[in-house]
Amino acid sequence: MVILVYAEHDNAELKPATLNAVTAAKAMGGDIELLVAGDGCDKVAEAASKVAGVAKVLLAKDAAYKDQLAENVAPLIAKLAPAYSHVVAPATTTGKNIMPRAAALLDTQQVSDIIEVQSADTFVRPIYAGNAMATVQSTDPIKLITVRTTTFEPAEESGGSASIEAVEATGDAGLSRFEGAALSSSERPELTTARIVISGGRGMQSGDNFKLLEEVADILGAAVGASRAAVDAGYVPNDYQVGQTGKVVAPELYLAVGISGAIQHLAGMKDSKVIACINKDEEAPIFQVADYGLVADLFQAVPELRDKLNEKGIKAR
Amino acid sequence: MKVLVPVKRVIDYNVKVRVKADQSGVDLANVKMSMNPFDEIAVEEAVRMKEAGTATDVVAISLGPEQSQETLRTALAMGADRAIHVVHDGELEPLAVAKMLQKVVEEEKPDLVLLGKQAIDDDANQTGQMLAGLLGWAQGTFVSRIELSDGGLKATREVDGGLETVALKTPAIITVDLRLNEPRYASLPNIMKARKKEIAKKTPADLGVDTAPRLKTLKVTEPPKRKGGVKVASVEELVDKLHNDAGVI
Repeated sequence: MVILVYAEHDNAELKPATLNAVTAAKAMGGDIELLVAGDGCDKVAEAASKVAGVAKVLLAKDAAYKDQLAENVAPLIAKLAPAYSHVVAPATTTGKNIMPRAAALLDTQQVSDIIEVQSADTFVRPIYAGNAMATVQSTDPIKLITVRTTTFEPAEESGGSASIEAVEATGDAGLSRFEGAALSSSERPELTTARIVISGGRGMQSGDNFKLLEEVADILGAAVGASRAAVDAGYVPNDYQVGQTGKVVAPELYLAVGISGAIQHLAGMKDSKVIACINKDEEAPIFQVADYGLVADLFQAVPELRDKLNEKGIKAR
Repeated sequence: MKVLVPVKRVIDYNVKVRVKADQSGVDLANVKMSMNPFDEIAVEEAVRMKEAGTATDVVAISLGPEQSQETLRTALAMGADRAIHVVHDGELEPLAVAKMLQKVVEEEKPDLVLLGKQAIDDDANQTGQMLAGLLGWAQGTFVSRIELSDGGLKATREVDGGLETVALKTPAIITVDLRLNEPRYASLPNIMKARKKEIAKKTPADLGVDTAPRLKTLKVTEPPKRKGGVKVASVEELVDKLHNDAGVI
């Protein structure tokens, strides 16, 4: 049994989500090979070859793969897949975009967003925004799987010495073209990989007030997130959103500020190791999941928190 | 341009789902059902395109039990011109749905298929991409803005790091995200008018598609419950707990 893992990257760096997908693939059993499809992405292939437990790296270089367009990448996956028992990708927006298209080309019913591997063909995945867990068994000869990255530890980035093998590109389907990206730039860590996440909700009352959270985040080396209510109100951009339809995070500490705790928000953060919250409404559902809850006005409590952290010399690790 | 909008009947998003005691699934008896909220956004966008004069014909389609007709009536009341109901009882997986939609697309020949990025019941996030793959069409997924351009479409996608714009050749598939628009409520006169609009009925057999599931659902369980913890009295105590007890800061 050999498993192909789709490597996520930006042609320069291997994205950490790939490492979580490798761990999930290992749990399925068998040798692991990584597919790096891109343009000018030799460095990525090199990094991929060092990931612990990877037996081989397949490198497909073509201008058509530069922007990870599903129309161009899915045919490559479909062409390679018959040599494998499983094709696994992280359930990022890239994986979610490409994998179902490849699955259709292979006449395979993909299993999306798995959180547990029970055996080579049986997986657990959340349904109804995480309000129920389904254990499903795939009967397809090749299994196409996307992995919820937060529930699998990342594989070691070093220790491997896989060979790199060039594979023939499938070319440009000529259906779509990448026009540009407006990616949020931030000095802070990425939401999905941060050790600490501080999120604000409708209680923040304005985008400007998120500065209060940023001050605390900068002390702790935390990422800043938001509830859907705060995003919908226009306080912060959509890529801040934590929740079932936004990002799913599982940091060591999740601090929810002015967030009531709607089901859809809880689905995106309830796997955090420790949850703390600050909210002035003591009936807010967030208190039912928080390990530590403070009933207080955030506009007093958050600056006080900033000062206390500074006073005690608590810093980012 | 002609627009096809697939819509799914799901548990209303405000309903707290209950897992059945025998772990065979989620209890759907006497539960309020509604149109998948992402599909509602797709219907709204198609109707707006019609109002702007860019769409000429908006056709809604649903695959599901007899009651899916209600979901189609909602789409018609929002402004869809007519509807197609593929009647099927029991579970349908995204691949089977995509295959049936492919057959309908081949008959109806739309220029654009607009649908929700995922259904809030199975959360699979597959149907649009699969349909695009089967048809060999361009796909724009998780889209929050659609612009018409020469001979195609420009779609702004919500991706992990922010936004991304792709140019798509038509015909194309677009799956919509939350921020594309705010769906309207159908007015009473439009609800009345929708009752007279045509719903054509078909079966999976008419379309020649095998709907047998490929996945076996072994069990459906409650998620592990997270216990609420303690209330702290002050910021001082919160910092102390996080620093000394939990050791996370």
